This record gives sequence, structure tokens and C-alpha cells, in this order.
Amino acid sequence: MSAAPGSPRSEVLRLVATLTIAGLFSGLSIVIAYRATLPRIQANQRAALERAVFEVLPDTVRLERLTWNGTALAAGAAGQGKLDESIFAGYTAENSLVGYAVPGSGAGFQDTIKLIYGLDPSGARVLGMKVLESRETPGLGDKIYRDTKFIGEFRELVVEPLIELIKGHGEAANQVDAITGATISSRAVVKILNQTNAIWRPRIAALAAQPRLPGSGTDPANPAAVPPDLERGGPIPGGLAGEKP
Amino acid sequence: MSAEKSRFVPELTKGIFRENPTFVQVLGMCPALAVTNSVMNGIVMGIATTFVLVMSSLMISTLRKVIPSQVRISTYVVVIATFVTVADFTLQALLPAAHHEMAAFIALIVVNCVILGRAEAFASKNPILLSIADAFGMGVGFTLALVLIGSVREVLGNGTFLGHQVFGPHFEPWVVMILPPGGFFVLGVLLLGLAKLAEVRSRASQRRSQTTGGEPR
Repeated sequence: MSAAPGSPRSEVLRLVATLTIAGLFSGLSIVIAYRATLPRIQANQRAALERAVFEVLPDTVRLERLTWNGTALAAGAAGQGKLDESIFAGYTAENSLVGYAVPGSGAGFQDTIKLIYGLDPSGARVLGMKVLESRETPGLGDKIYRDTKFIGEFRELVVEPLIELIKGHGEAANQVDAITGATISSRAVVKILNQTNAIWRPRIAALAAQPRLPGSGTDPANPAAVPPDLERGGPIPGGLAGEKP
Repeated sequence: MSAEKSRFVPELTKGIFRENPTFVQVLGMCPALAVTNSVMNGIVMGIATTFVLVMSSLMISTLRKVIPSQVRISTYVVVIATFVTVADFTLQALLPAAHHEMAAFIALIVVNCVILGRAEAFASKNPILLSIADAFGMGVGFTLALVLIGSVREVLGNGTFLGHQVFGPHFEPWVVMILPPGGFFVLGVLLLGLAKLAEVRSRASQRRSQTTGGEPR
């Protein structure tokens, strides 16, 4: 712009033009970067969630998402609801049901703990537990996902009577040893499991009582391994690798 | 051009020790304290910051004669924010685990005053090549500082270095070091130590110049 120097009007125009152009270029670069990285980011998030599900349901090769629609559990594709209202059924290579991966969350020592755990088909035993997100104290509370012994307590854990936290050595099948120095965090994990079980076990029991299990061979065209709403910023439990708003 | 060439190396190296952004300029304290509870976090944050520093210095130095001075700061912030967002996406795609650990702090590179400081103090007044040298040197200095703080904190607070155990099984980690107060302790001790070192050095060189009668340094 050949603005007459000193003319206040052209000076203002120059300032506005500079910022406009800067903004345009900035927007353009961000869109390009966003589009270039989106597939990788989505793949990462999907992989992270799947890794978690496979970890808590041993021997699973195929997942099916089940969503609670208020009255019953249904194959998830239709219900684009929140992931909080969904569980994942895991099947072995022989198509037999391993169990269900159930996401749960609750108050920890510092912030909400989000985790996912596996229940066997009858809902009577926990098969494994994985913390997805927590801000527990580094070195103490974070042992709920770093301490392999504590995580190991959640393999083959009986949920009825309610899971109990024991200081020392719990021998009973429904007992979990607390982590020394992280009793509150350990208790929080047990509490989340008991609370989530109270919600999901009746639903799973109702599902098992149905004449056929949804997805067991009924819909071979759609393995539904990928939850449909797992997009960027979607309601992933624990916001795994998710964006901050 | 020859003047520019002779300045290249000093501009590149000054950020590493003489004008280290963390220990000498004491800028960018937020990431220096917040993400240095492990060596790996320090490295990732340092590299991300260096990328933003170099790219925005390149951009600002190229456009230094076009940007009107009244809106220069706003323009710098737009440029810096753009590169931070690009770095954020890239990190999310390539290193999801590291990104997950310090998600909010990556976005906060925008307000790291090292970057705006170099843009305003150097890139806006100097040719492109020198600006890149300056930005890269500052980035390396910043990264080294974060790694140094992160090493002390991770080794003492967790008994590990880059995730590898450094002490025997009976080491009881000094947990406070990886908690926020540990950041202040370590930064304070390092600042004190480096200030003392600088003092001792300058006194030694003064004494030398007195005894030999030569010019100071």
C-alpha cells in the first residue's frame, strides 16, 4: 500500500491490514497442521483405548461396544452417547465372550481418577484394572498405576461381597492390599470399582439373561472394534491423549 | 556481511552460558519449574520451545521491516501462537505419551517470555541469519537448563535417570523433589551455585589482570 506517510487514516489501515494478514496466515497454517496430524492423533487415541481394553480383558482379539440406552444394553453403533454410558465386550479368536471392559471414575486424592476394568461374563470377578487418567501425588499415589503388585491385585478379584481394602495382607478373594503411603488413592480405586459395579453388574446380568447376546455372531459385517465417537475431543474416558478444551 | 559473519558464532553461543535464558536472564520460569520433574519432560519441552523460538525468530526477522511498530507485539504473539499450535499438534501425533504428561504446558509456550523476549530484543532488530543463531542458541541453553533441573529432580525424587534406575533397591526416593516445591529448591540451589561460580571466575580474572598489569579480561 502506498499510503501517504503521516496520513492518520492510511496509518490505521496499515495496522489493520498487518494484523488481518497475520491472522489469515496463522489460521491457514493451523488448519494445515490440524489436518495433517488429525489421522495420527485419532489413531493414537484409538490405540490407547484399545490397548487399555485389551489389557484388562486378557486374550481378547475383538471388541464390541455396548451402550446403555436407559433400559437395556445395545450394540453401540446406534447410540452415539457418551462413553461413560458404554462398555466394551471382548471376544476371543474363537468368538467366545471374555468379559466386559467397564470405564469408571471417581474422586481420588487430588483429582478425578478415571480407570477401566474388566469384568468376567457373569460379572462376578474383576479380570484386570488400568488407570487411564489421574493426578495422584507422584511417587506415592501414582503407584496405583505404576505398582505392578497393586495392579496385580485386580486380577481374578471377586466383587461379591464388596471389594475390601486391607492394610497388610488380604487373603480373601475380595480383598486388595493397600499401597503403603497411598492408602487414600488405593481406597479411591476400590471405591470406584464398587460404585461402578453397582451400576453395571445389574445391567450386564440383564443382558446375560436375554436369549441371545448382542453381537455374538449377529453382526459379522461390523466388528465395531472402533468406537464411533472416538474423534478428536470426543468423550474419551480419561481424555486419553485428548485435547484440552 | 563480514561483520555479520564474525557475529554469528558469539550470537549462537551466548545463550548457552553467558546469557542463559533460565539461569542468567531468569526468564521462562513457569516451564522451568513445572515440567522438570523428569529428564524426558525437560527434553521434550526444550525441543518444543526451541522449535517455536527458531521459527518465530525467522518469521519476525524476515518481516521486521514490514510490521508496523505499533502492532508489533500483537503480531509477534500471533506468529508465536501459530507455531506453538503446530508444535502442539505435532507432539500429539508423534509423542502422545509425552504430550499427555504436560498437555497444558505445551500450549503455555505461547506466554514463555524467552520467546517474546528474543523476538522483541533481537529478531526484530537483526538480520535473519543472526536471529536464527540467537534463537537456536537460546533454545539450546533453555533445553540444557531444563535437563539439568530435571536430572537433579528425577534422580533425587525418583531414583531414576531417563527412567533407568540409578541407585540400589534400597534407595528411598526423596519424593518432595518431584513435587512442585522441589522445583523451587533445585532452581534456587542451581541459581545460587552458578552465581557463586560467576563471582569466583570474575574475581579470579580481576586478580590475574592486577598481578600481570594487563587489561581486565
